[in-house]
Amino acid sequence: MRREGLLALLCLSGCSGAQTAFGGQGAEDANFIQLFTVFMIVCTVMYLLVSAALIVAVWRRRRTAMVVEDCNHQATSGVVRPALIGWTALIAIGLTALTLVGFFTDRSNARNGSHPQLKLTVTANQWWWDVEYDWADVSKSVRTANEIHLPVGIPVEVTLKSNDVIHSFWIPNLAGKQDLIPGRRTDAQLLPRKTGLYRGQCAEFCGTQHAQMALDVTVESKADFEKWYGAQLQTAPVPKTPLQLAGYRYITTRECASCHNISGTSAGGQVAPDLTHFASRRSIAAGTLPMNTGNIYGWVADPQSQKPGNHMPTIGLKADDLHGIVAYLETLK
Amino acid sequence: MRHEPEFADDLSALRTHAFSYRSLTWWGIIAFMVIEGAFFALAMAAYFFLMAQEQEWAPRPWSPPDLLAGTLFTAVMLLSEVPNTMIKRAANAYDVAAVRKLLPVMSAIGLLLVIIRGFEFNSLNVFWYDNAYGSIIWALLFLHTTHIVTDWGDTLVLWQLMKTPHGEDPRRLVDTDENALYWRFVWLTWLPIYVLIYWVPRLFR
Amino acid sequence: MKSAAERAKLPPADVPRDGPNLTGEELETKLSTTWSNPPGFVGWLSSVDHKDIGRRYVITALVFLALAGVLAIAMRLQLARPDNDLIGAARYNEIFTMHGTTMMFLFAVPVMQGMQIYLTPLMIGTRSNAFPRLNAFSYWMYLAGGLLLWIAFVLNVGPDVGWFAYPPLSGPQFGVGKRVDIWAQMITFTEVAALAAAVSLTATILKQKAPGMSLARMPIFVWATLVTSLMVIFSMPSVALASGMLLSDRLVGTHFYNPAERGDALLWQHLFWFFGHPEVYIIFLPATGFVSEIVATFSRRSIVMYPIVVMSLVATGILAFGLWVHHMFATGLPRIGYSFYTAASMSVSIPTGLQIFCWIATLWEGRPQLKVPLLYVIGFIFTFVIGGLTGVMIAAVPLDLQLHDTYFIVAHFHYVLIGGAVFPLLGAITYWFPKATGRLMSETLGKIAFWMIFLGFQLAFFPMHIAGIYGMPRRVYTYPAGMGLELPNMLSTLGSLVVSTAVLLFVVNLVISARSGRRAAPNPWGAPSLEWATSCPPPPYNFPHIPLVSSRTPLWDAGEKLPVVHGLRVEDRELVLTTVMSAEPDVREPSPEPSPWPLIGTVATTAMFVCSIFSPWAVLVGVVPVALALTAWFWPKSPRLSGSL
Repeated sequence: MRREGLLALLCLSGCSGAQTAFGGQGAEDANFIQLFTVFMIVCTVMYLLVSAALIVAVWRRRRTAMVVEDCNHQATSGVVRPALIGWTALIAIGLTALTLVGFFTDRSNARNGSHPQLKLTVTANQWWWDVEYDWADVSKSVRTANEIHLPVGIPVEVTLKSNDVIHSFWIPNLAGKQDLIPGRRTDAQLLPRKTGLYRGQCAEFCGTQHAQMALDVTVESKADFEKWYGAQLQTAPVPKTPLQLAGYRYITTRECASCHNISGTSAGGQVAPDLTHFASRRSIAAGTLPMNTGNIYGWVADPQSQKPGNHMPTIGLKADDLHGIVAYLETLK
Repeated sequence: MRHEPEFADDLSALRTHAFSYRSLTWWGIIAFMVIEGAFFALAMAAYFFLMAQEQEWAPRPWSPPDLLAGTLFTAVMLLSEVPNTMIKRAANAYDVAAVRKLLPVMSAIGLLLVIIRGFEFNSLNVFWYDNAYGSIIWALLFLHTTHIVTDWGDTLVLWQLMKTPHGEDPRRLVDTDENALYWRFVWLTWLPIYVLIYWVPRLFR
Repeated sequence: MKSAAERAKLPPADVPRDGPNLTGEELETKLSTTWSNPPGFVGWLSSVDHKDIGRRYVITALVFLALAGVLAIAMRLQLARPDNDLIGAARYNEIFTMHGTTMMFLFAVPVMQGMQIYLTPLMIGTRSNAFPRLNAFSYWMYLAGGLLLWIAFVLNVGPDVGWFAYPPLSGPQFGVGKRVDIWAQMITFTEVAALAAAVSLTATILKQKAPGMSLARMPIFVWATLVTSLMVIFSMPSVALASGMLLSDRLVGTHFYNPAERGDALLWQHLFWFFGHPEVYIIFLPATGFVSEIVATFSRRSIVMYPIVVMSLVATGILAFGLWVHHMFATGLPRIGYSFYTAASMSVSIPTGLQIFCWIATLWEGRPQLKVPLLYVIGFIFTFVIGGLTGVMIAAVPLDLQLHDTYFIVAHFHYVLIGGAVFPLLGAITYWFPKATGRLMSETLGKIAFWMIFLGFQLAFFPMHIAGIYGMPRRVYTYPAGMGLELPNMLSTLGSLVVSTAVLLFVVNLVISARSGRRAAPNPWGAPSLEWATSCPPPPYNFPHIPLVSSRTPLWDAGEKLPVVHGLRVEDRELVLTTVMSAEPDVREPSPEPSPWPLIGTVATTAMFVCSIFSPWAVLVGVVPVALALTAWFWPKSPRLSGSL
């Protein structure tokens, strides 16, 4: 069908997107594209058949004599029966084929994550992502928020948990979605095949700011990943300028520290995103704002107008405090 | 075009009431029994679903419900089928006098059952707000209690109705017959619930 | 005084009955007196006439359609551009919740049941439906539930957790306030209403078919009604139990869905979708019934392969209960079990494919007349098949895991529900409008509205497939620029404006035609089924004499005269009960008089339900007036000493 052809065209032109199931940069998503293509072809053929039959049935020029006016409205011509048998067989064969192709694709997806070389735990909260890289040796573990970095070509197992309501973990360029359910543990397998910057997003309605719950995903070379990981292992730098020091003091002694953690300082809150390497991330507040000085000001000064309903209160900071906080936050690379 | 009638069969000799599946209300009662049966079946499915979350059932430190009240209830319930069958037969035999005598007996049994049910709630050894186990046990017992109370109320009203001249109407005997049918449904559904509330928490510790 | 047994055996006494000696105008005057509503407003409120109830159902449902449609436009305006700030997050969440809830619970199911309540007794040739007071109660409960939800919305306590209300988001900890309680009680109201209507319809169809109308001679729409009524009976208890447990979690502190106390959030999803998936077919199967009737009439011939169509309806009704897990592929259930649900989900397309075959074959073998109802059927096939095929796609787990909860799904189910149910509904309204009003709708306005709705619909919903694949999740109040979502969203918004204009045009046509449309003869389309044997609109007693049926298409096979049975009393409401399978006349059954008690019972029940949101004790106190109202409702009017007559 023409419209479906158009869909295929649009997908080809749009494959560079950071959040699209037509990306194909992960093993599972590449399987998705293949399977989708197969289904699309079969479905288009079926649709054309139905449409053609309907068009001919309604608009062909003929006068059958099997109607009320000819007192013969129950008769049917000889073609109906064989046509029905053929149609049923066609549907049955088509469905069986599609079911089997779908089943084997699913098996193939399940194999992707059979030998994970990297494990992380993603815990969803209203409306942000808590991310931990898990190692048996705790000193090698890293905690971050609203971003994950993955080395290309390495199978990853992601353990999924939720602290409040049901969310869904979805990075369309890499793989399909998996729910995070309080009281249950689920997992997702990722096998990124191409480096790049992608975007994930919560896909299960989770309350007021469901729309602003994104996850920045960076797939990079093994060397780049190790560099990033090494930096993440560092604790926060010591503030240098008086302004930074003022911000540091405010954050570690006032409201901020009761929720946020900054490793290497006395700020040890556990209910909000870890800020140790805050300024190294691509965005603020789970993809709500791009990371830049202006947006840090805007966010810290009034988070409720930037992302209404989120759990960070607008506390009415004085201008001096605000300058200090932003200056200090910007050092957290 | 409006068709002129061509008269065929005369229905004036048809009877104006019938028992069992020939009665319209019988189909209504069956439909409601299916609805409530589905409700019970789903509640039982939920019971097993929640049970599958637990290592042991009843979960420690809660002990399983005490057996006395529930078992007594079950015994009375089963025995009530004797007068219930008598009523059903009397109704089918158009024996209004017998129906009028037996309805107070069924009403008294209903009252007795409601009282025993009160003791049952007191013997569960768990509250609905303690955990999911408590919630589903209470839910099953509560659901069944609504049926006991409904049918008891229904029997009381029917008793009053049958005392009036309405009782002479054969259609009221059809009602009596169907009330007795519903009572069978109430005690039949109780049997699996009795097992789920009182015995499964003992056997799966 | 004679004993009841003796009286039961008495021969019939001499009371007026319809027959050769009492027919024509004299009969109709007498029947009118017996079957009319009492005068005045109270009489209107007391009506138990299925035509009144059905009409009220349909009109009320169309009002809710309009309200939910306005919400749809509001959402489309918000989503027209990225990062739009027309509607805020909290308000948007309320709006999409109200849109989904209203469309599913207050429009789609009730409008289909309304059509069924109106049409079924006419199509099977009986004077009234079974349990007419229960039927009246059903409507009032539905109205009360709808009012509760919308008054709450206007008072800014409307629900905001989606029409699916997944806990824990809807639970006591995260769903604070009364919003969710109102949603859950609205569910209770519509449950009771739908179940009551389904019981009435089932009993009507099984026991009140005109003599001779065996199961194998029933119109396909009546088959569809029987199947959907049974589906309602088996599926609605599931959501009633689910919402009851949600309410008790919220109001009395149970822990069914609370993982901290060993409850489970997924229990809700199982129960909800065990109802929710059949619900789709409860909406869709009556629509296929409309299609079968319209196709036969406008092809001028019997439907091809009637038994296949009927078996398809039954098969769909059964398969619908084996699919619910395909809504839960992303919840991490054991993966191997998914293939069963994939296969089951795909297999539903076999009966549906067979039905489509039979419709096209009927058109092929007949002489199609392209009147407005048939246009809607053609539009339905073109549109619905796309929705069916995308349904096959998302039955496959690897495709669903990407497409689930995206705009692809939004596109899919609007193709299925609007294309599959609303298009046939609009065709059916056009088709049966003369039956209900005595006037025909304008063909010209009808055709303009059809083309605008059909094309506007494609413009509004086709781009959503693309938006979904491009990563747009459902239920988001905004989306960022630069993800390729701008164009599809703008097209959808434009399309939605076209559709809403066209629906307005349809309503204008309804209003104009009801006032001044062309007068309709009893059978304006030359249709085969019994509802066209009586006048337009039908009298309160439906038929002066009860037809005697000897084929599937009685009006096409009758000659100048229509065979009828006779001998029913005319000074009391009386109808014929027939046997279930072969429809042999069996019993003359009195039919209840109009009564205000169903309405009073509804008021008492409403008070109990609404107060229970604020205190669980209201259930114990409130049950007393409910019980009193029910007793008054069922108490016989006067000792029917004429019971045996």
